[in-house]
This record gives sequence, C-alpha cells and structure tokens, in this order.
Amino acid sequence: MSPQSQALGMTLVSIEKGRGVMATPWREELVGDPETGVIASGVVTTLLDHTCGLAINSAIDEPMPIATLDLRIDYLRPAAPRTGITAEAHAYRLTRTIGFVRAQAWDVDKGDLVATAQAAFMLNPRTQPRGS
Amino acid sequence: MEDNAIQSLDAFLQRVPYNRFLGMRVELAGDEMTAVLPFSQHLIGNPMLPALHGGVIGAFLELTALAQLSLAEPTRRVPKTIDITIEYLRSGRAQDTYARAILRKVGRRVANVQVEAWQDSRSQPIAGLTGHFLLRNEA
Repeated sequence: MSPQSQALGMTLVSIEKGRGVMATPWREELVGDPETGVIASGVVTTLLDHTCGLAINSAIDEPMPIATLDLRIDYLRPAAPRTGITAEAHAYRLTRTIGFVRAQAWDVDKGDLVATAQAAFMLNPRTQPRGS
Repeated sequence: MEDNAIQSLDAFLQRVPYNRFLGMRVELAGDEMTAVLPFSQHLIGNPMLPALHGGVIGAFLELTALAQLSLAEPTRRVPKTIDITIEYLRSGRAQDTYARAILRKVGRRVANVQVEAWQDSRSQPIAGLTGHFLLRNEA
C-alpha cells in the first residue's frame, strides 16, 4: 500500500493473473463538484492508474519495477452523487519490455461505466540481458 | 490580470474538496498562470523510490487545464472533462511540482488543452497531458 492509495482509502477487491479490481469509497474530502457531491475525476484517474499497475504486476512472474508510459481516459459520464468508484484492469498483452492494459470504472453497476482507460507500461527487469 | 478572474480561480480551487485534498494552488504573473503542487507525503505512490503517484500527477495536470480554462472564461461554469491522455516522461520525485497549460483551441462547445509538468527544470518535463473539455454555458 502506498501513502496515496491509503489516503484515497483504496481497497483491493480481487486479483488474479493479469487482472485486478480495486475500489475507492466515497467521502466528502474527495468530492470534485461540491454542488452535486460527485467524486472528483482525479480520484478516478488515480484509481485507474493504480489498478492498471496492479494488473501488470499480477501478470508478470517475477516482481520488477514498472513505469506508466501513457494513460488515456475517457470520462463517459459523471459518477452518481455520494458514490464510490470501482475499477477493473486487464493486462491483455505483455512483451519483454512493455505491458498493455485496458481498464474500466463504474459506480453502481459494472454494465454502466463512468470511465474507460487504456495504458502502456514499461517493464524494467532487474537483470538486463547482455548487449541490451 | 483582472481581479474577478483571480477571485473566480481562487473560488474554483478552494470550493472543491478534492483540490484541497491535493493541496494544489496557482500563481499568476500577468496573464501567465503556473499551478503549484507542494510536496506532501500523502501524494507518494512508490515509497521505495520515492515517487509521486502517477494518478496524482494526472489529476494535477487535469486541474491545471481546468484552472486555465476558468481563468480564460471566468463567467462560465467549470468545464467537464471529456477525455485526457497523460504521458509520463520522468518519475515525479518527492518535491514540489509545477505545471502550465496552453489553450490550443477554445471552440464554442469544446476546448483542447495541453499541459506540461516539471520539477527542477522546465526543460525537463516529468509529464504532459492533452485533454478535451466540454464548455458549458453560464450558470
């Protein structure tokens, strides 16, 4: 657990090889629109980034440092007021150096998404092959 | 810079709980705005390096874009984010981070904004963002 994921109150929902699900419960401090009480898009961004990293980490056999190259997020609709967010990520393709991930986030119903994401991660094996 | 633009920007930053959670503020020099994210322990995503959380950097860049838009059009409601692409260039170290936004196109309904964040040197950005934002009519 990192200080930021703790500060957001993130919880691990489930994990399997190449897939991870995490959630952030709603709380007043994380609101992005004080008129409606909807959670901030920045919280969705951080949850998606974190869950993508989790999916990559669960997909690789040996733990290694990873770094996000890019992260694209489509905000499909605002979340329901005073409602937390759940995100699921799938690391669908790994090469020796790069991991590709898709992710989605919802508030109440997994069939009614609030955001989708696509990310690429750099994998940094601790021992580099000779000549690389 | 007109007083009402600064006030509206200040109001935007202070009114939103999540902005206070991040601890972000803005500085103005004439019409140039620099967003500042003072370092705080709770922004760390990787305690081993240590490095700022990538999501925090993304959120900071998005808020910088929204702040720049609100500065340009203080009477409008805060725009809605349609999509963003964040590119990570260097790891964000445990220190203050700065960002500036360029409004590449402000249309009738949609704005395209580009933001860059740096720490020690502006010539060595740590991350960039391109985003589309839905502009909304006056409240």
